[in-house]
Amino acid sequence: MLRVSVVKRRPGFTLAAAFAAPTPGVIGLFGRSGSGKSTLIDTIAGLLPPDEGEVQLAASVLTDTRSGIAVPPERRRIGYVFQDSRLFPHLSVAGNLRYGEKRARSIFHYIRFEELLELLGLGPLLERRPHELSGGERQPQLLLLDEPLASLDLARREEVLPYLERLRDWLSIPMVYVSHQFEEVLRLATYLVLLENGRVLAAGPVGEMSLRPELRTVLAPDLVGAVLDGLVTAVDAAGGTVELAVGSGRLQVSLRDVAAGARVRVQLLARDIILATQPVHSLSVRNALRGTVVEITPEEAASVLVRVDVGGPVLLARITEAARRALGLSPGDAVWVLVKAVSTRGHAFRLFGAPARAS
Amino acid sequence: MTSVELDALRLSLEVAARSVAFSLPPAVVVAWILTRARFPGRMLFDAFVHLPLVLPPVAVGYALLLLLGARAPLGAWLRAHFGIQLPFTTAGAALATAVMTFPLMVRAMRLSLEGIDAGLEAAARTLGAGPLDRFFSITLPLMLPGILAGAVTAFAAGLGEFGAVITFAANIPGVTRTLPLALYTAMQSPDGEAVALRLAILSFMLGLTGLLAVELLVRGVRRRLGR
Repeated sequence: MLRVSVVKRRPGFTLAAAFAAPTPGVIGLFGRSGSGKSTLIDTIAGLLPPDEGEVQLAASVLTDTRSGIAVPPERRRIGYVFQDSRLFPHLSVAGNLRYGEKRARSIFHYIRFEELLELLGLGPLLERRPHELSGGERQPQLLLLDEPLASLDLARREEVLPYLERLRDWLSIPMVYVSHQFEEVLRLATYLVLLENGRVLAAGPVGEMSLRPELRTVLAPDLVGAVLDGLVTAVDAAGGTVELAVGSGRLQVSLRDVAAGARVRVQLLARDIILATQPVHSLSVRNALRGTVVEITPEEAASVLVRVDVGGPVLLARITEAARRALGLSPGDAVWVLVKAVSTRGHAFRLFGAPARAS
Repeated sequence: MTSVELDALRLSLEVAARSVAFSLPPAVVVAWILTRARFPGRMLFDAFVHLPLVLPPVAVGYALLLLLGARAPLGAWLRAHFGIQLPFTTAGAALATAVMTFPLMVRAMRLSLEGIDAGLEAAARTLGAGPLDRFFSITLPLMLPGILAGAVTAFAAGLGEFGAVITFAANIPGVTRTLPLALYTAMQSPDGEAVALRLAILSFMLGLTGLLAVELLVRGVRRRLGR
């Protein structure tokens, strides 16, 4: 468990944020620019002492202003990937890499140095390869990543993201991942902390958070949709779809390069979901799930967001107010939820060591 | 060059070199404190460090006499316990020079220290570097251009320190008669015109060489750091 409860006052801005997230796992700090994400992660790192509050990771108290505990950053055993480039200008590439290696050696117990170099395309720059180091008691206990992909172009981002996924799956080290890109958070995070104006608007597991109205205040309307973690139960390679067990339901989604048994995450965008009050036949739609309307929330632009319980998982559907009236929908009504299999395209991610099929 | 000029030149170089050796370590510390530390009275401390820049050098020399003179408490204590005598010695001339050039040195170091991204030190912290480790592995190497520039500037300026030296260490041939003092002495004597001119030209060339050396050094180091 990572418990954070801090207050930091700065001229014109106050951070007053608290959350408690389960660990290990990836805690996504999500919010607009200027919402206090970097300030918050710096208080966790110990680089920025809070005016009041505490930071506790598992059993170790890192900061507690009341009892005067403030473990200095160099003794927190953290790994921190900064948003801006922080290469030491007086050291060579190898010198920069070795700077941390010398001081926190055991990270390379987990990440093969060669692999890191290969990924970063650094191999040719080094005259010799480091020997494997045995892990000691100084292994990092927390990784902080502050928009690590912000300075990369799109192609490079796509290269690095899978590596971050692997880091997440291999290490049982908790990670805090800061981003204002929902897609990154969606791919990596297990727990989501939503920040706005220095405050935590909402926090919770990603699936749960995807249904929260607070998220919609930050997210573009087109990105709103339930996030479901499911298990691949069958693969129809010729048909281009896989069957996903989500709660007690089954979902056909368009997904490539996954094998049965893989755990994947999909987001079903609210704008792509169709509601019907009667069973429909002879449609191309692959999924027709029975459900019950839980709640109807009016949105701007004369549309409504309908929460539908499909027997465990809850989905969000956006329909127009006119459609709602025509169907006469209200909470408690039984509906059929129609989801195109391809709706999930681009929003389906491998999750937690899911074995990828060699392609 | 005659023995008068050679003596003066040798002495000036010695005094300037010793003054740099005196003031370099404390200057690094003071520059660091003035840039990074926040404490009450920092502005006053800052002003105190820069005082020799604006005080009449004679006043600085006089203050040193009051503090370290044979009958002054600190001076007497130094002599009694360590056998160190500063007034009227080459070491005293170097000390007076060090005090005068100290602010120049601190200024140059501060400039380079302020140019260092504090984020680099923060990054070093997260990699497990403690305060001393950080200072020696990150801060000191990065402020090297400033240290070099400060040292060479102070050395060049120290070659020509007059007021504080003559007040605190007097004008003793072969002991404290540095280039400017020899120049002054020559100007005072009726047949010293030729010597004075040669000494003046020598001073001029030394100063120019010193300043050029600073520029080249700083450029070289900057290029290595890619800035």
